Amino acid sequence: MKRRDFLKSAGAMAASTALTAPAVFSPAKAQSRAETMLIVSEGGPNNIDIHGVGTNVPGYEVAWNCYSRLISHEMKKLPNGVEYYDKDKFKPELAEDMKIGDMSATFKLRKDATFHDGTKITAKDVKWSLDRAVTVGGFPTFQMKAGSLEKPEQFVVVDDNTIRVDFLRKDRLTIPDLAVVVPVVMHSELIKKNADEKDPWGLNYTKQNIAGGGPYSVEKWTPGTEVIFARNENYKLGPLPKTKRIVWRIVPSAGNRRALLERGDADISYELPNKDFVELKASGKLNIVSTPFSNGVQYLGMNVTKPPFDNVKVRQAVAYAVPYQKIMDAVLYGLGGKTFGAAANKPTEVAWPQAHKYNSDIAKAKKLMAEAGYENGFETTLSFDLNFAGVNEPTCVLIQESLAQIGIKTTINKIPGANWRTELNKKVMPLYVNVFSGWLDYPEYFFFWCYHGANSIFNTMSYQSKEMDANIIAARDAAAINDKATYDKSVKGFVDQAFADVPRIPLYQPYSNVAMQKNVSGYQYWFHRRLDYRNLAKG
Amino acid sequence: MFLRMSRRLGITLFSIAAVVCITFALTRLLPGDTAEYFAGPAATKEAIQEVRVKLGLDKPKYEQFVHYVQDLSRGDFGQSLTTGQPVIRDLVSRLPASAELTLVGLIVSILIAIPLGVLAAVKEGSLIDHASRVVATAGVSLPVFFTGLLLAYFFYFILGWAPSPIGRLDIIYSAPPHVTGFYLIDSLIARDLEVFWASLKQLILPAATLAIFSLAPITRMTRASMLAVLSSDFVRTARASGLNTRKVIITYAFRNALLPVITTLGMVFSFLLGANVLVEKVFAWPGIGSYAVEALIASDFAPVQGFVLVMAIMYVLLNLMIDLLYGVIDPRVRMAA
Repeated sequence: MKRRDFLKSAGAMAASTALTAPAVFSPAKAQSRAETMLIVSEGGPNNIDIHGVGTNVPGYEVAWNCYSRLISHEMKKLPNGVEYYDKDKFKPELAEDMKIGDMSATFKLRKDATFHDGTKITAKDVKWSLDRAVTVGGFPTFQMKAGSLEKPEQFVVVDDNTIRVDFLRKDRLTIPDLAVVVPVVMHSELIKKNADEKDPWGLNYTKQNIAGGGPYSVEKWTPGTEVIFARNENYKLGPLPKTKRIVWRIVPSAGNRRALLERGDADISYELPNKDFVELKASGKLNIVSTPFSNGVQYLGMNVTKPPFDNVKVRQAVAYAVPYQKIMDAVLYGLGGKTFGAAANKPTEVAWPQAHKYNSDIAKAKKLMAEAGYENGFETTLSFDLNFAGVNEPTCVLIQESLAQIGIKTTINKIPGANWRTELNKKVMPLYVNVFSGWLDYPEYFFFWCYHGANSIFNTMSYQSKEMDANIIAARDAAAINDKATYDKSVKGFVDQAFADVPRIPLYQPYSNVAMQKNVSGYQYWFHRRLDYRNLAKG
Repeated sequence: MFLRMSRRLGITLFSIAAVVCITFALTRLLPGDTAEYFAGPAATKEAIQEVRVKLGLDKPKYEQFVHYVQDLSRGDFGQSLTTGQPVIRDLVSRLPASAELTLVGLIVSILIAIPLGVLAAVKEGSLIDHASRVVATAGVSLPVFFTGLLLAYFFYFILGWAPSPIGRLDIIYSAPPHVTGFYLIDSLIARDLEVFWASLKQLILPAATLAIFSLAPITRMTRASMLAVLSSDFVRTARASGLNTRKVIITYAFRNALLPVITTLGMVFSFLLGANVLVEKVFAWPGIGSYAVEALIASDFAPVQGFVLVMAIMYVLLNLMIDLLYGVIDPRVRMAA
């Protein structure tokens, strides 16, 4: 290169650098910041397909916002002004019309609905997607089964715009189960193109690619770091989403998530310690929304197959020894629903969760221990899941302290999150703290999983009772045929029995807490407890 | 020389093979059942079994090991279940983030620690010697996550000087086109000064955190090795011959004192690379340290194995490089070989 050439090119380089050299604050970037919603949370998705193997809970959020379903729920307003999904009212989403017959439901699809790439959504896609959900196995298939949706033959294409879902049996949960996160409608042709014999449902493709027609699409996903969503500008299944771009950053440090909120850099955060939420609420700078988990209970479980907890008097003694109010105050800072200390004359309600009549009463607990033949107490271990150590650890310490007063010496056993399910499944832990919450908000649904003698994984106590089973099944059958009298009687029956036998002691109803800037509007509580982006707006 | 190198490489290969076996065995000994974790919160026993078969975890251990080694030989590190990506892709995309952060931290640390160590040795027992001791001790005794949180608290939360601690770039910017994976370099290649500044600003706090932590070993090693050299005969001779102090200290003493310092630097670098997981967590930095820990928590074998393997290889290569550097710095090493 000659000297002159070099000078020329150096000059050109300097000029081009000068051109791209920015003003300190470029207006274009500021504009994009105003149209972007920044969400920060502790963990991110591992798979953006709800049908995938081992899709985690953050992955549900992506699936919820990027895919559409046949139907969805209407919203209602809670007394505190929070928008809350209405579990009894359905609204069409992809379907413009739903006709529920005796043993089937027929859905007419909207004619203008398209996937993100512009292809029209047809009944074929709907059938293919529902077939996929009931066939791939694992969590999605399990969830479909909860609504008696089990076989591909149940989904019948009537014509291009009509699909019929045949019922296997009468089940009140079938229609609600079509509105949960799992029964998404996928772009069957696109996925088939990217599938092979080893992977006929294209799970490897959808793991990282969205093939749907939901309100948002994934613009970029960097696992463990961020997900960037872009609005679907052709969204026809409802009003156009309000925010153009959503950036979801993973910020593992709770302290920094709070700092980001308080400095006004992040727009929304959830998964903060309760203490932070209470302090943020008191400071008044942010909008804090706390909503009870629908159909969710944090509980102290006991293995009823082995002594000493096979004795109902011991279980009742424990129920009288638990320091309920202390847990509410010192662990939850008040951010929890009360499920204890109902008045002695309060009639049982047809609802779940509801308060039981136990209260912290050490004298009564001691008396029951003596009646059970354990005046001198016994030793046992109290286990919890380290993944939720923030609430579990202080809760267990408080329980340990109280149980010591009635002679029960407990050693606290901290179990790593990865190992927790294994331990639960073995059903050998004598005493443990755990949580369960159901997507479908019906008492019999909760009880079927947690108390029924079929001994599902959530019947962590291995509780067995013929009367309990009979009441649960009676309630389920009565609901299917709208027999309110039998239903109410059965629900009251199993709730009463759960409280009298106390194989598990409800501690409180957990809250889902979300913190957002004052200028953010449109937050909605959904049964899946993740964010729905459609109505979120800034300013 | 050639013989020595080939013997060294032989040992290197052997240690890597050992690492492969040990990581495989260790990850299988971990408590926790991958299949149950990934079957999700609502899985039945059958669902868990389905996941287990899908992941190949129902096969006997030796068969799993043979598959693992076969895949490795093809450059396939397996799939991460937590991020859903091939492990090799995760590591390749995350390694530059960790390396950039560690290198910047180390450079900052060197720029402070070496002059400080030299000064402390030259003026032994003076105020600056004591000051360097205090600084180094304080730096190493504060846990990194604490220093990190403290810096973030003051410079971001209270003063507002630093940008928000949300990773390598503020959300309004997008990453520069991938060339090296180092944002500082890539943004310069793309001639995007705005992104360069933005990524540099994001780097300041985490790099400072790492620098504070690694000050101690470098300062102390520089000081000790300088002291030894300064009291040696050739320095006395040089001084006696009337060479000026500057020449004596920098040309003669410092060059001779460098060997142990380089060794320490190598160790500090590899240590920081693996151990900056806490800094990565605090500053939401998408590096390999936080990646490995997340995988470990989820009983996700493949990334942990991949991480340990990559770190072992890097460690081995680094030591090789340092050995070669010795020869460059000190001709005696070359001669001895």
